[in-house]
Amino acid sequence: MIDRIPSGFHPFVLPFMIGMVFVLLYCAYGIVKIMIQLTAEDRKKFLISLVTPKTLLKNIKDIFCDCLLHVKLWKRNKMLGFMHSSIAFGWFMLIVLGHIEVILFIPERLHTFYYPIFFNYFVAENDATVAGSLLFFLMDFFLLLVLTGIALAIVKRIRSRIFGMRRTTRHSLINHIGMYALWAIFPLRLLAEGFTAHISGGSFLTIPLNWVFRQFLGNDLNMLPTWWAYSIALGVFMVVLPFSRFMHIPAEMMLIPMRNAGLKIRGARKGFARVQVYSCPNCGVCIDACPMSVSKANIKDCTVYLTRQIRRGNEKRIAEISDKCLLCGKCEALCQVGVEGPQLRVMQRSLRKYALEPDYSNIAVEPLVEAASGSKVLYFSGCMSQLTPEIGRSVESVLRKAGVDFTWMDRDGGLCCGRPMATAGRLDAARAIVEKNEKIILGSGADTLLVSCPICYKMFRESYDLPGVRVVHYSQYFSGLVKLGQLKLEKSDICYVYHDPCELGRGCGIYEEPRRLIGLSAAIAEADKTREESVCCGGSLGSLSLSFEQRRKITQGALDNLYTSHADAIATACPLCKATFARYSDRPVRDLAEIIDAQSTGYKQTER
Amino acid sequence: MMDFGFSLSKSSTLNLDTADLSLYKKLCELSPDARTCMACGSCSATCTAGPFSGMSVRKVILDLQRGRDVKAMVQGCMLCGKCIMVCPRGINTRNLILNLCKIYDR
Ligand code: SF4
Ligand code: SF4
Ligand code: SF4
Ligand code: SF4
Repeated sequence: MIDRIPSGFHPFVLPFMIGMVFVLLYCAYGIVKIMIQLTAEDRKKFLISLVTPKTLLKNIKDIFCDCLLHVKLWKRNKMLGFMHSSIAFGWFMLIVLGHIEVILFIPERLHTFYYPIFFNYFVAENDATVAGSLLFFLMDFFLLLVLTGIALAIVKRIRSRIFGMRRTTRHSLINHIGMYALWAIFPLRLLAEGFTAHISGGSFLTIPLNWVFRQFLGNDLNMLPTWWAYSIALGVFMVVLPFSRFMHIPAEMMLIPMRNAGLKIRGARKGFARVQVYSCPNCGVCIDACPMSVSKANIKDCTVYLTRQIRRGNEKRIAEISDKCLLCGKCEALCQVGVEGPQLRVMQRSLRKYALEPDYSNIAVEPLVEAASGSKVLYFSGCMSQLTPEIGRSVESVLRKAGVDFTWMDRDGGLCCGRPMATAGRLDAARAIVEKNEKIILGSGADTLLVSCPICYKMFRESYDLPGVRVVHYSQYFSGLVKLGQLKLEKSDICYVYHDPCELGRGCGIYEEPRRLIGLSAAIAEADKTREESVCCGGSLGSLSLSFEQRRKITQGALDNLYTSHADAIATACPLCKATFARYSDRPVRDLAEIIDAQSTGYKQTER
Repeated sequence: MMDFGFSLSKSSTLNLDTADLSLYKKLCELSPDARTCMACGSCSATCTAGPFSGMSVRKVILDLQRGRDVKAMVQGCMLCGKCIMVCPRGINTRNLILNLCKIYDR
């Protein structure tokens, strides 16, 4: 292999070079900006994680698996996984192999950016070596892989249903330009290398192509224009990259180490939030995932459009999108990149200024502390449970049967846990409620806080500072009682389908205990979409602006999903889900606590 | 004054010509469903904040319609959302309160 062009340069590399330098400068600017936006503490945490061998290894592994091989996407959707990984990994290998070629054959040219990319133009094959033909074979192989991926991408744009996607994102103009440039790059590369293969050598793709071309084209006049076109396609792609969804390629490489360093979204538009926004490739997985998308009118409010509007800075749409969402967390659970749609929205809401701020200074905690004192176990039913008093009564009855000494903190009404206020973005007001509750709980002298509402449970777990107090959901607590033999469950012949409440399942990761308890007290069936994919009941307090009618459609969609199980009744473990489903369901809706209460006998009774 | 052991309550006569209804009108632009309230009181019965601050969406709407001040009540709301769940007219009461907090000008 020898250098064919003595100067080692040809003007056709310029479009590529301009694009490349532009992208690198833009990314460097972006990294500096993001680093400045991080809080000092986060920045330190991030930098330390970059030099800690363990996180460093994890970063490399995650970037390899998520960005190149798309392992998570494979698990979800084989076709999409193949499409993305063949383009990403194939392209990566073409770049790596290009560098290996240069290192092996003309190492003196390594300092140029463009040699590994346009290698075949600049060299002539003077002898065939095993290493050379192996490399050429691999180059053609990976080019074929990328071309297959591109072909699938084109098919997907035309008929997304083949990929199991009912709806895909509507792309903007700049995204289309980037996409067409990306689609053009690899066919052009094939043509360019095909035209040059009789000089530079090639393999199973390029040599036959070259032979075909030479049958009816007697000259090399097509060679340069195709190399120009190839370089221009690359250049266009890279120049539009920062302004299109393809920015996700560099952004995700920053997102993964930041996530591994344990950073959290702190600002609405800055720092980690910004990186998340840029990391969204607009794949559209969140559209089908979102329970709101049962109404066509709501599709434009899915997370993919939130990231887009934040990038555009369209304040009106950002506010609309942020307010409508149920904060059910399903888009986040299914997002391959890990864009935290719900948290991003809460932060947008927190930017809002109100002329009137809540004031709870007139609420005296002393009487509430007194009412809560007396036992080691403190039961908090949550304010929403006042609409479904049967839940509190059942919990009370089960605890009595099991002989647990407890105090019911809010039997006669109490404060809200603060989560609805927090999800509305009014974080200071939520803090004020939290502080009141903390005083009551810590003042009561209890060491266990038993909670039956998942909304409160999540809030207590994440936003309360309760040293020495164990916070448990009743499904966990009752499982413990069963294990200890304090509670005996008897099977009935009713078949329940269990609906995972958003806040309990995706929110707190509790999927097993409720199922185990239902399994011990009745037959249990699974709906089509369950666990991480469970569909929000539509009652969620996360949404600020959904109308009654829009919520009804969401509830109906969630019920239709539960009906797929053909169970006799619906079981859930959330007062809000219960109240919402009960409004429209054609079969009974019962809370886990009611089921357990009906099917249980306590230790003392069984002894007799 | 002589103590009769009882007193007269303050007159609650309204003069709608002089009452300042601008806040109610502004609110109705942002939350048109405020107009559909039938003052059934379901929201008052369930309100978490009620026992502490006298909050009640029904009362807030009625008072705004009469040009009275609602500040102390609204400030007590915890946005818990029970009032949405019980409202027979399907009013998005939480959004109504948020909108009111946004435009409050007294
Ligand atoms: S938010 Fe996640 S799922 Fe939605 S388009 Fe972006 S990457 Fe895809
Ligand atoms: S959190 Fe739920 S409702 Fe909100 S966008 Fe995501 S999937 Fe849709
Ligand atoms: S949201 Fe406010 S007004 Fe409505 S019930 Fe809760 S505390 Fe009362
Ligand atoms: S529940 Fe609804 S209709 Fe009844 S008073 Fe309250 S806001 Fe008005």
